[in-house]
Parts: sequence; C-alpha cells; structure tokens
Amino acid sequence: MSTVATPSEATPRTLPPGRYSFFDLVKSEWTKIRTVRSTMWTIGVTVVLGIGIGALVTAVTRAHWSGMNVGQRVSFDAPATSLVGMFIAQFAVGVLGVMVISAEYSTGTIRATLSSAPNRSKVFGAKVFVFGLLAFVVAEFTAFVAFFLGQFLLSAPATHATLSSPGAFRAVFGGALFVCVLGLIALGMGTIIRHTAGAISAFVAMLLILPIIVQVLPTQLSMDVRKFLPDRIGADIITTNGGVGQSFSPWMGMLVLALYAVGLLIIGNSMLERRDA
Amino acid sequence: MIEAEGLTKHYGAKHAVEQLSFTVRPGFVTGFLGPNGSGKSTTMRMIMGLDSPTAGDVTVKGKHFKDLHWPLHEVGALLEAKAIHPGRSARSHLKMLAQTNHISMARVDELLEVVGLTSVAHKRAGKFSLGMGQRLGIAAALLGDPEILLFDEPVNGLDPDGIRWVRNLLKGLAREGRTVFVSSHLMSEMALTADEVIIIGKGKLISQITVEELLSQSTENFVRVRSPEAAKLKLALEKEGAVVALEDDGSLSVRGANQVAIGELAATIPVVLHELAPQSASLEEAFMELTEDSIEYHGTTATGPTNSTGAKS
Repeated sequence: MSTVATPSEATPRTLPPGRYSFFDLVKSEWTKIRTVRSTMWTIGVTVVLGIGIGALVTAVTRAHWSGMNVGQRVSFDAPATSLVGMFIAQFAVGVLGVMVISAEYSTGTIRATLSSAPNRSKVFGAKVFVFGLLAFVVAEFTAFVAFFLGQFLLSAPATHATLSSPGAFRAVFGGALFVCVLGLIALGMGTIIRHTAGAISAFVAMLLILPIIVQVLPTQLSMDVRKFLPDRIGADIITTNGGVGQSFSPWMGMLVLALYAVGLLIIGNSMLERRDA
Repeated sequence: MIEAEGLTKHYGAKHAVEQLSFTVRPGFVTGFLGPNGSGKSTTMRMIMGLDSPTAGDVTVKGKHFKDLHWPLHEVGALLEAKAIHPGRSARSHLKMLAQTNHISMARVDELLEVVGLTSVAHKRAGKFSLGMGQRLGIAAALLGDPEILLFDEPVNGLDPDGIRWVRNLLKGLAREGRTVFVSSHLMSEMALTADEVIIIGKGKLISQITVEELLSQSTENFVRVRSPEAAKLKLALEKEGAVVALEDDGSLSVRGANQVAIGELAATIPVVLHELAPQSASLEEAFMELTEDSIEYHGTTATGPTNSTGAKS
C-alpha cells in the first residue's frame, strides 16, 4: 500500500524579490469590501437616507415657513436642517465599520487573510485605510449633495445658505468628517469586541445611551462631561447658529473625537496582534 | 519541511497540545492522526502562526510562518472548509487572497478549473455545499504553488469521487517533492493516502511511524488456519511457542508464527490444511489500539432507551 519511495527532488523555486507590501494589502482589502452585499447596503442607506431625509425635512420646513413665528425663523439653521440625514448615516457607516472586521471573524475569513499575510498590523492598517477612505468619500458626497439639495428646496422666502455662509462649509465638510471618524471608532470597537452584534450595540449605546446616563449625573459634572460625548461633538460641528451649550469649539471637538478613534484603533491593533485568530 | 519542537498550547486549564515534537519531510504525504479533540487543528493553526504556542516552537522551512516574505508562495493551507464570507463569490474570495501575494487572475481561473468550480465561480459561496467549500479551500491552498501544504480534514463532506480526487492530488503533490501534511481522524483514509503518520492523542505525540511499520507492529496480525485435525495442529504449534486460539467457527487463530512456519510444521506432522491465511490488522484497528487510552470523547453504542439521568437537555 504505502511504499516509502525515495522522494523526488524538491522543485527549486524562485520567489519574487521583496515581500508583500502595504499596497498589496490595500488592493486586497478593497476587493473584500466591494464584493459583499453588506457594503452596498450600508452605503446605499447612507447615501439615500442621508440625502433623502434632509430633502424631506427641508421641503416640509419650506411648506410651513409662512406659519412659523419670527423667533423660529431667526433661529432657523438652514445648513444643519439640510444635514439632518447624517444622523441616520452615522449608524449605517458605523455598522459597516464594525462589519469590515467582525465579519472576518464570524465567517472565518480572518484565518485565510492571515494565512496570506501574517503581518497583522499591516493587514489592519490596510483595512483602516480602505474603510476610512471609502467612508470619507461616501459621507462627504452625501453631505454636500444633501446640503445643495436642501438649500435649493428652501427657496425664498425661507432662509437658505450657501457654502460661504458663516459656518456652512464647516457644517457640511465637518459633519461628514464626523461620520467618517465615527466609522473608524466603530471599526476599532469591532476589532476589540470581534462580534458583530456586540460591537454594534456598543456603538449605538455610545451615541444614544451614554448621553442619557450623563444627563442624570449631578448638574455640574454632567455639564463638564457632556462636551466629551461624540453625539455632542457631532451636534457642535453641524450647528451654525451658535453653540448648543457648554462645548468645545467645533474643530476642537473633532480633534477630541479623532483621539478616541486613534486610541480605539491602537488598542484594537494590539489585541489583534496578541490574540489567537 | 515542518519542524515542531516541544510545541505546547494551553487554553486555561485545558491542555490542547502538550510537548509535541515532530518533523514533516518533503516528498511524502504525512498523515496527522488523532481522535476528535486531540489537538490536530490547534497544531495546524500554530504552524500557520494563527495561534501562538504557550511553549515550544514550530517552523516551516526553518522560519516562523510570520516571517515569510511571500506566504502563499511558500505555504498553502486548508484549515477549515467554508471559512469564506457567504456573500462573496468563489472567484472574489480567491482574488482577495491572490492580490496579497502578486498572484494573477489567470492563476485564479486556472485553479477554479482544477478544483471544478468554474461553473459556480461567480455564485455566492454561502450557497456552496461542504464539498464545494472544501474544493474552494483547496484552490486557495494551491494558489501560490507552494512547497509546503497543510490540509485539515480535506475529505470531510466530499463524495467518493471527490475523496479519490483529493487522495490523488495529495499523492501527486508529494511526488513533486512538496511537503504534504494532512490531518484526519480516519485511519482508513490515511492508509490509502499517507506514507507516514504522526499520531497524537490528548495533545501528546503517540507515534511517528511509517504506515507499513504501523501495520506490522500491530498485535492484531495473525494467521487463520483451518484443518480437519485442528486439535492436533494446535498442540504442535503451541509446542513451537505460538499462541493459538480455537475460534467458534472451528478455525485456529495463530499468533507468533507466520504462514510459512505453520505450513512447514503441518507437513511434518502431517496434517491436512484447508486454509492458511495471514490476517493483517486494518490500520483502523492498529490506530484504535494506539489511541485507546487517549480518546477525549467516548460515544456509546447503546441503542435502547437511556435512563433518566442526564436526559433532556
């Protein structure tokens, strides 16, 4: 049956020079992200609802403009109103951010990935880069289209803005950047938690539950802590008619949010390096 | 060449792999055998750098897997069937792997053809059967034409045709001088495929042995003899030091003497022989003998109703 024959000489092999590069992994991550339906779904939701809800709300506002009193008209924030759909977009982008990594674990693809490229930090870097870029482009596209469509729908006599109106460009560009950075926070959470449902829950809790918890703290403490919360930072960057209370300046808030993202991604990466896959 | 030295993996209190040392040589199919839960998959994951050992070391071509410059060109592995995103097509799955190691799409399509998945290359992998998942996993392992190949239970879920295909594939790869390391809990499968087996039980090395040696070592080797004068022959054989058992059907099972010696002895007495048949233990039996003490999960063969203890979970 099993005669132990003399093995033939191992075929001499010449490997290409160098080694697999970050750019190779970026190409691979791009293939991964665009070949699954969840990506198309979450991007579809981001774009369609991000633009659609803004359009709906601005159209309704325009229709009721004549019935609004002076105070309402003066405090009306035209850019922020057209960007109201970004509230939904942030959840869709967050879900995609989580799934980019958690789906690798739930499906076992992570083991195929790391068998083709065992340098985990390099793989993770490529993943962050590809997702971050995609989230940035999609969010900016959504925000700018929502802004222009919304301002078009807010025709005179309703107040409407242009990109050169005070704070308008910051609200549009920054609002989208906020969504992109939230996506990176979600990716960090997904890497740490590794389970889709768990990581999405943590992400949603951060945006919806954390503010409620902070609200019931003693007043002074609540005021001090509140400005550190991501939802407040998002509200600050998108609002153009004065602050929403004790806050960081809009860009300072973005910097704080970016530090959260960097921190979570660094923790996620070190856990990816250390844990068994 | 794969070399493990004192390889150990503990998960908390559970000792999955314990002080495992072995060498897998190029040019042979080396079977990796053990009952379910004996640490085969854990060992393979450690070879691939997916799990880090608690102690000890394992290298491929003298290097840690993590340090390879072109992993897919150097080591190919099928670790688990259907480790694929169910929403991704077979071709996209191979594409995303190929891109990491500068492998062309022509090679991807060639392999889809080799494993027989060309017609479903664009279908979502979630719809694949276990067998198709295995074929896709084998394609992934072969992508970079690597010198070293690992297959964890590759025939699971395959039909007889597929099993024969895998068997010939593994032998062919070894003949080309590659290192082929294939795990299985089925000794019978290894008997047909492997040249050498590494047997483990409860994470520990039981034996590294060629399939031939394993068979000849087994105590289950005996010669079946039938004779109208069985009692007389039995006495004569026992005088020569053989161990003879009279079976229910009237035949004799002789251990400690081969068919040549028995035949010659019979002629000198003389007694007439109706049958003189050496019985080889199946590898399955040899394997069972070796691993008897190290089965992690015992099944029972009772078919009747069990009593209430532990029923209904």
